[in-house]
Amino acid sequence: MDYFLTEEQQMIKDLARRIADEKVAPRALELDETGEFPWDLMKIIADADLFGVYLPEEYGGLGGGVFEQCLVVEELSRACSGVAVSYAASGLGCMPILVLGSEEQKKKYLPDIASGKRLAAFAATEANAGSDPAGMETSAVLDGDHYVLNGTKQWITNGGEAEIYTVMAVTDKKKGPRGISCFIVEKGTPGFTFGKKENKMGIRASATRELIFSDCRIPKENLLGGKEGTGFIATMRTFDRTRPGIGAQAIGIAQGALDAALKYARERKQFGQSISSFQAIQHMLADMATQLEAARALVYATARMIDAGAKNFSKESAMAKLFASDTAMKVTTDAVQIFGGYGYMKEYPVEKMMRDAKITQIYEGTNQIQRNVIALEMIKELASKK
Amino acid sequence: MKIVVCVKQVPDTTEVKINPETNTLVREGVASVVNPFDMYAVEEALRIKEKLGGTVVALSMGPPQAAEALKETIAMGVDEAVLLSDRAFAGADTLATSYALAKGIEKIGDVDLIFCGKQAIDGDTAQVGPEIAEKLGIPHVTYVKKINEINETGLTVERMTEEGFERVKLPLPALLTVVKEINEPRLPSLKGKMRAKNIQVPVWNAEMINADPGKIGLKGSPTWVKRIFIPEMKCQGEIFDGSPEEQVKSLVDAILSRKIV
Repeated sequence: MDYFLTEEQQMIKDLARRIADEKVAPRALELDETGEFPWDLMKIIADADLFGVYLPEEYGGLGGGVFEQCLVVEELSRACSGVAVSYAASGLGCMPILVLGSEEQKKKYLPDIASGKRLAAFAATEANAGSDPAGMETSAVLDGDHYVLNGTKQWITNGGEAEIYTVMAVTDKKKGPRGISCFIVEKGTPGFTFGKKENKMGIRASATRELIFSDCRIPKENLLGGKEGTGFIATMRTFDRTRPGIGAQAIGIAQGALDAALKYARERKQFGQSISSFQAIQHMLADMATQLEAARALVYATARMIDAGAKNFSKESAMAKLFASDTAMKVTTDAVQIFGGYGYMKEYPVEKMMRDAKITQIYEGTNQIQRNVIALEMIKELASKK
Repeated sequence: MKIVVCVKQVPDTTEVKINPETNTLVREGVASVVNPFDMYAVEEALRIKEKLGGTVVALSMGPPQAAEALKETIAMGVDEAVLLSDRAFAGADTLATSYALAKGIEKIGDVDLIFCGKQAIDGDTAQVGPEIAEKLGIPHVTYVKKINEINETGLTVERMTEEGFERVKLPLPALLTVVKEINEPRLPSLKGKMRAKNIQVPVWNAEMINADPGKIGLKGSPTWVKRIFIPEMKCQGEIFDGSPEEQVKSLVDAILSRKIV
């Protein structure tokens, strides 16, 4: 489908596609096997200026928005979503600074993130606080000019590799979610260490680690926006802007799987003919393509709505993430089915895509939480009309 | 350090078709690209600039649309580009081309180092680089696969030979033609692509580079093409039939009968 991209957007998409095809795809199987962090590919993406597509020009970005970032994530995900998420997670870590950071904080951190010189990471999840932020235990206590952080964050994408972390911590337990604050923490700060690297089912090229804070002293000026209690809002407003990116990751994975399945169906011969000549296979391919296009249309429309300046887009953002990730799971599973026994083997690309797709239904809010968000927004909208 | 890279726009195919009547290349319907070997030259020039500072200028001679090839080098990070374009340049052989490029380089002025790809994939002559150096009266090294050392006054390079390589030390200014073993060309950057999109590549005609009308275009080209053809394959393959054991035996017999071992 023609989405009428601007010349600049087409340029971004073409360049990301070229990197995906020429640099990422040849490495995908090896990175999946070794789980090694793709620093060389991060440098290629940085040199191509893709880390700054969504950031304002005044901070060294290219002045695009959520849509531009989605185009990059989608293209990279076609080749390897482990690489794509390492790129996207830097945007996730950066987003709280962009939406709620002070001018000084933006000037200090955004240019390095835009150039790809430093990666960022976002840290909210804990062992007992995933979908429910009220369970958060990491605390921050003001002591003179510093906040003292204690606690452990879990499953942090880019953990250990990133240099700039936006970390949620409780500053006032009594206030519940409104007592959570966000801090910018730099790698190398005394008292800030990393746990072991997780051994994951998919997106294995990406690094996922624990962040451990032990009497870690953070200068007061690193409190996001200089205000306590904005951590939960920062998280919600960040996710509203980054969930379409998970949708883009999902459609990228699904597109990669569909391309591979279509090609294979034309090459594979059974009963004396290509399996693509069987209606059973044709209908599967047709459904995969149709569902994928619907998901893409929803992701793109949501991203464009956000960039056009809409006030509230929690519902649409959750829908884009929900629908695209469920679609990716279905399309990749069907791709494995079309490949038959070969699809189950690691020598072929689709089993990796099926493993990679699963996480898109889980992170940045499980798809069950997305449905909560959507329903709650619907009820709120109706109530506000009365 | 002021570096010039000579680039050529060529048809995007390694199987160039030839019009048998005119003995010229058939360019219609074939997309154009930067000669692949020139991309290694661009990359090496950019690496030296990043190390020592200075500017990189891309230079090409060709029809107006060759500006697109120059824009591609700008997207990679080249600072400036110049296109030599004039009807009077048309029909140039390597001698006339190298004369025009040398005059262009003289007009650019104060050039320390010139890079060319080892050859263009359409003509495959590998003559233009060395000819430019001769016209400018500067040393040159062909088939460079590595630059060992470089400073403001000179450089040491390794050039590929059939048996291995030669290490050559030479003063600046100089000209190098490079092989693909020298580096891996970078991809363009977004900011580079946007700069390329908006840039107007300056076009210099024959008069602007002070070219002698007798030395450019068809007039300046002593080459006379009698006929262009693809050489017929002289050696023929042989396919051995039978079981793997029989095939191996046939192969060994064939090798022994030809006294290869």
